[in-house]
Amino acid sequence: MSRRATLEAAIKLGLTAEEYEHICQIQDGEPTYVELAIYSLMWSEHCGYKHSRPILGRFPSSGPRILQGPGENAGIIDVGDGWAVAMKVESHNHPSAVEPFQGAATGVGGIVRDIFTMGARPCVSLDSLRFGELDEPRQRYLLDGVVGGIAHYGNCLGIPTVGGEIYFEDSYAGNCLVNAMSAGLLRTDQIVRAIASGIGNHVVLIGSKTGRDGIGGASVLASQEFDETLEEKRPSVQVGDPFTEKKLIEACLVLLHEHLVVSMQDLGAAGLTSSSSEMASKGMVGLDLHADRVPLREADMEPWEIMISESQERMLAIATDDQLPAVREVCERWDLDCTVIGEVTDSKMLRVYWHGARVADIPARRLADESPVVRTPSVKPAYIQDEPVAVTDVAYPPPEDLGAALTQLLAAPNIASKRWAYQQYDYIVQANTVQIPGSDAAVLRLKGTKRGIAFVNDCNGRHCYLDPYRGAKAAVAEAARNLSCAGALPVAVTDCLNFGNPEKGEIYWQFEQAVEGLAQACEALETPVVSGNVSFYNESFGKAIYPTPMVGMLGVFDDVSIHIDAAFQDEGDVIVVLGPHAAWMDGSEYQKVAYGKVEGRVPDVDLSLEAKLQARLREAIAAGLVKSAHDCAEGGLAVALAECCIASGTTGGAQYADPEVPRSGRSGRWLGAQVELGSVAATGGGAGAAGRPDLVLFGEAPSRVIVSVAPELLGPLQAVLGELEHRVIGRVTGAALGCTMERKELFTTPVSELHSAYESLPQRLA
Amino acid sequence: MTSARPVRLGVVVFPGINTDGDTHHALETFPGVSAEYLWHKDTDLKGVQGIVIPGGFSYGDYLRCGAIARFSPIMQSIAEFAADGGLVMGICNGFQILIEAGLLPGGLIRNTGLKFVCRYVNLRVETTATPFTSACAPGELLRIVVKHNEGNYTVDPATFARMKAGDQIVLRYVNAAGERAEGANPNGALDDIAGVCNETRNVFGMMPHPENSVEAELAGGGAGRKLFQSMIDNVLHTAEVAR
Repeated sequence: MSRRATLEAAIKLGLTAEEYEHICQIQDGEPTYVELAIYSLMWSEHCGYKHSRPILGRFPSSGPRILQGPGENAGIIDVGDGWAVAMKVESHNHPSAVEPFQGAATGVGGIVRDIFTMGARPCVSLDSLRFGELDEPRQRYLLDGVVGGIAHYGNCLGIPTVGGEIYFEDSYAGNCLVNAMSAGLLRTDQIVRAIASGIGNHVVLIGSKTGRDGIGGASVLASQEFDETLEEKRPSVQVGDPFTEKKLIEACLVLLHEHLVVSMQDLGAAGLTSSSSEMASKGMVGLDLHADRVPLREADMEPWEIMISESQERMLAIATDDQLPAVREVCERWDLDCTVIGEVTDSKMLRVYWHGARVADIPARRLADESPVVRTPSVKPAYIQDEPVAVTDVAYPPPEDLGAALTQLLAAPNIASKRWAYQQYDYIVQANTVQIPGSDAAVLRLKGTKRGIAFVNDCNGRHCYLDPYRGAKAAVAEAARNLSCAGALPVAVTDCLNFGNPEKGEIYWQFEQAVEGLAQACEALETPVVSGNVSFYNESFGKAIYPTPMVGMLGVFDDVSIHIDAAFQDEGDVIVVLGPHAAWMDGSEYQKVAYGKVEGRVPDVDLSLEAKLQARLREAIAAGLVKSAHDCAEGGLAVALAECCIASGTTGGAQYADPEVPRSGRSGRWLGAQVELGSVAATGGGAGAAGRPDLVLFGEAPSRVIVSVAPELLGPLQAVLGELEHRVIGRVTGAALGCTMERKELFTTPVSELHSAYESLPQRLA
Repeated sequence: MTSARPVRLGVVVFPGINTDGDTHHALETFPGVSAEYLWHKDTDLKGVQGIVIPGGFSYGDYLRCGAIARFSPIMQSIAEFAADGGLVMGICNGFQILIEAGLLPGGLIRNTGLKFVCRYVNLRVETTATPFTSACAPGELLRIVVKHNEGNYTVDPATFARMKAGDQIVLRYVNAAGERAEGANPNGALDDIAGVCNETRNVFGMMPHPENSVEAELAGGGAGRKLFQSMIDNVLHTAEVAR
């Protein structure tokens, strides 16, 4: 056996003294350096989930549609007619902060491999992104690089990037968030799980050669805070090769669908180490790997480097002796390397050999499943406020011009159209896209059926900062509401939990609270969590990001042709707001944009009301009673109304696409609206909030949706809504948005002006 | 006209091409059409009556777009097929490959915006005297999606003059009113050129993606149908004449 490694080496690799002790016990003495390197990766936060595992069991994870819950490369949901969707989201925050283009590109590559490993053909990508404020040049550099990286990789693969979100908050300045979500389609009888089996079977490495890129990515990058050594971490970022990944998709789907391999696993974080130990552990077998047989980019690599390299576009497959020639043939057709590097054994040990000598011998199960569990005592942070903010005229002087306040909000980077970004993504390849980005939800048809599927990403980090429990609940509710606005039934969640350093009690408290909020909302809305990812240590110089439990959600249509979007359709249609009247200053975009403040306490979502509202809305859409539906989120009622007007200029596939030339809507022009908002007395939140028209317009609250309906269908719509709170507020008319309150005019603004503000992001980036 | 008479069209597959499936699907939405994949390492055209080279990123576009694909064995067969008057249509990367193979004039360079651009464009049919636009009305507008990083068409002045004189400019980017205008051209292409044909008019290349615009219920709309319809009609006509 090779040289032994000391405690000092362990600490350099990011392990603690206790963990080193534990390793010595398992290994019955000092580990070899290769063994230690392997442990350091597998027991890192990123791979081992040591701080999150005890909490994540809280999530509901099963249901009649769920074919595969957490624990595999991706969750799988039955979507009807023998079809299933595999989906997962994963963070690539730390690499993207160091090298935005490659960091984001390889984030897409990694999540896509998780999908096709299950036997599914990747059919969509969504990307949830967060940066610091755009007036900082570095943030614009990060945004440009991340969006460019996603486009570079995703477009080349031919997977439509159909949605996502982009937010800008100072808390993300040192740690941008790049959460890459992917989903794929497969037949329900095509599911493949990453389990090694069959003593004597071959372990085959397929795809790119192994290099020194990404050494320690999971431990050095993803499991530590950032400090002044950020730039030095650049070599830990991998470099993506989408062309090879595209070939891998094609070759691996042939191997899986034609049953030419026993099982397959992608090489992600911790590379060969994690893929091999997880496959062995799940199959309760051992694997012997010959590191010297791995094709290399650099000839002088050492065995520990080979074992933990995170070189991209590599897959590990288990194949029988009989299957091997066919495997080689498929790989050759696609010009891919295919190398037998080991065999399945009955030892239950992960053994690594180097030119015949054994350099590592570790119980696979203990490596993969027994990483230490740490539960930090949680501490409620001092900044948390228990009451809504008092909206006094001193602290919050009322605006003089409400129309100007509206255009200011529409131009705010968090609200403004993200066309600049999604125009760089191919959102239409694969010929299934029904609703392109820029709407409440992305909608796709299921080719060969009447069915459809829909996807969203949602999280308001600011709300989660002010109250992680309520904010997380609201993220699930909003994701589901967005799907319901399109007409889709929400069915499952994949989540990406982005937090600061979990060794700190305040961060751990945020984490626990957010998980509880997500879990309750997922239970109430019947959307189990089927997969996900935790990203801790999103801190720079001790300053943490806003807690950001990002929710990716899948919705289904029995008949996709019923889908609708936010755009007002016809002059004279009646505008109805579903849900409560009250709106809050606390945590709103308005509070931030107009007053530069983030304070107070966000309202709690009433989950039973939310579930009922969404069910009634879907029923109305399926019955063809409403022509448009749009969720009220950032910017409140007024921004939502403005968005319905702006979207009206174009319809269907042309939506938002050609804003310079409004056309092809049924009316051939932008449609305005005239609405009466009623009494100001009912405004929610803290003292002083009542009596503020600006809060009725721009205040935020959960469970609100704007719909438009033909006048003759208002009665039938109200019959469906029943006792659900709703108000008729006005009509689609003219070419301006006009709002009155108790008959007093608040503002009237031409839709063309609203549109100019809404499309102003490119000017801010120039 | 749509016909149920059988037509066999080839869809060429290079590694990295990613709209081969979309193109195959699009062609088979036409009654009587069967699409056949043609693998880049083969030389057999499997008796197809027309060929579409679809879009994507052949060889990752790691060298100049299309520059590697043109050396694939299938390209020699396609060149011979074209020389015999066979109809060949190149879409996006397929257009780039046809240019690299010398089957179409000009070059496609980086978009002036220096970014990948995916958006709707309005195309004006500049000539109906090609087998790919014969089903269109003169000046007809087609609303189709572009998605590319290198779609900026360029050509030397002498060739350009010959192309204009020879009516080889097939499609131009225009605004919704059908006029050439600022903002209508997504990539800076010379003279707003979106598609061209060769002198003998049987080889045609375009940057926008008609294969994603054959079904009105999808986001891409149905405006691409007329281009494929033209090709299918002409393949049938040629077969009739031969009989």
